[in-house]
Amino acid sequence: MHRFANPTRFMKVADRLFPFVSAGFLALLAWGLYGALLASPEDYQQGSTVRIMYIHVPSAYLAVMIYGVLAACSASVLIWKHPLADLIARASAPVGLVFTVLCLATGSLWGKPMWGTWWDWDARMTSVLILFFLYLGYIALLNAFDDPARGSKPAAILALVGVVNLPVIKFSVDWWNTLHQPASLLRFDGPAMPASMLQPLLVMMAAFTFFYLMVLVIRLRAEFAAARIRTLRITGASE
Amino acid sequence: MAAFFSLIRRDLQLALRQSADLAMVLAFFVIAASLFPLAVGPDKVVLGRIAAGVVWVLALLSVMMSLDRLFHNDYQDGALELIVLGPQPLILVVLGKVLAYWLSTGLPLLILAPVIAMMLNLEEAAYLPLMTGLLLGTPVLALIGAVGAALSLGARRAGLLMALLVLPLYMPVLIFGVTAIEAATTGFNWQPHMLYLGAILAAALPLAPWAAASAIRQALD
Amino acid sequence: MTEFFQMGGYGAYVWSAYALAGVLMVVVFVLSWASWRRNEKTLAALKAVQEQSRNRRAA
Repeated sequence: MHRFANPTRFMKVADRLFPFVSAGFLALLAWGLYGALLASPEDYQQGSTVRIMYIHVPSAYLAVMIYGVLAACSASVLIWKHPLADLIARASAPVGLVFTVLCLATGSLWGKPMWGTWWDWDARMTSVLILFFLYLGYIALLNAFDDPARGSKPAAILALVGVVNLPVIKFSVDWWNTLHQPASLLRFDGPAMPASMLQPLLVMMAAFTFFYLMVLVIRLRAEFAAARIRTLRITGASE
Repeated sequence: MAAFFSLIRRDLQLALRQSADLAMVLAFFVIAASLFPLAVGPDKVVLGRIAAGVVWVLALLSVMMSLDRLFHNDYQDGALELIVLGPQPLILVVLGKVLAYWLSTGLPLLILAPVIAMMLNLEEAAYLPLMTGLLLGTPVLALIGAVGAALSLGARRAGLLMALLVLPLYMPVLIFGVTAIEAATTGFNWQPHMLYLGAILAAALPLAPWAAASAIRQALD
Repeated sequence: MTEFFQMGGYGAYVWSAYALAGVLMVVVFVLSWASWRRNEKTLAALKAVQEQSRNRRAA
């Protein structure tokens, strides 16, 4: 594992994987969209609006998953001062923010025809909204200092403090009786969904994950170049 | 332990000497509360419905407004560095400062809260849950606020940044505080909600000073 | 075909969800790519300048 802790070596591997990740994303996306829009049946209650699920659930999953990545990277920034973890956290946060927005927006578009309202202050929605605010705070804190490197550790502490929100998001639908439907994917007794819907959903989730990986590599390249620019500026100025 | 109490005494004395600050926070609390009857109209039923929520939100904002007093002054004049280098464990120092902060800000707000609630025509059944909730909740607000204040030390636009960091973390406290009142006014048992608030306080009491202490340490690096 | 686009009367909701997802993903990709290219360009320029000044000093 520590072989890849060296940022340069890690980037070499990431660059080699990049074409495969991109191709994988496109293939999975095509397969997932075919399944979501054409092959999957309508829901007997929700009709065609159930097709929004194939966007909504993967974005929700990605929003939470990226926050998990952020928290794990933050922990290793604080404990081991890991430079690569810092770069991954920096590169991931805006992507997580976008998928939180997408999750909220598609949820809204699904809620209007099904519940008759764009928004409801129930526990699930409120906790995802807090996730959105946490991402905003994280990014703001990261960029709030004159020295760009100075923001990593405060932001890492904030990310770890915000982890308490993740179980609240997961269990909000079980703890409170709310408008949002209970979990149908991650349950102890297996997914409560016909295979014809489950299969495209899982494909779409994989496609979204590959999208994150693909963008992560690009953003890491950008962060790497930015870090090298900073050191060059410092050494250049002192020469 | 003596050092712990002398730190609290020092912070309280500082707060008393700058009592204009405290007066301003309390004035904000009252003035902002009086905006609501003007905004939604003087209808007693409507005001009674929103009274508890208004008191809670304003208490939350008032606690947040003076957070910069907590570490920022000591950070700028270098006192914080001396405190950190001292023999006291930093977590205890943070805890002491938060306690002093709560005594000088949270407690006056707590005393003022029933007056505001009365002006807003809060139901009688709601006073006890409101005050119990604030008693358990304002220390949590101060503790979480300490984390935000420590994180934004040395940042650009620290005050605005602090609001962005702290307000989302305040939401659970607000939710439990207000649902207790909702339960009390609709004839349900409100005490379980207080247990939640107590649990949050019990969790924040060790965790928040720990996070704030590590944030202060890296700010002084 | 029109049936497919109408989505049982919910076409507006379903398609705007998919469109929004598409737009956001494209925007994320383009912005990330652009910032990478921009940083690489700055880096190359900076390296060239420093190389030049080093050569001048050596000469």
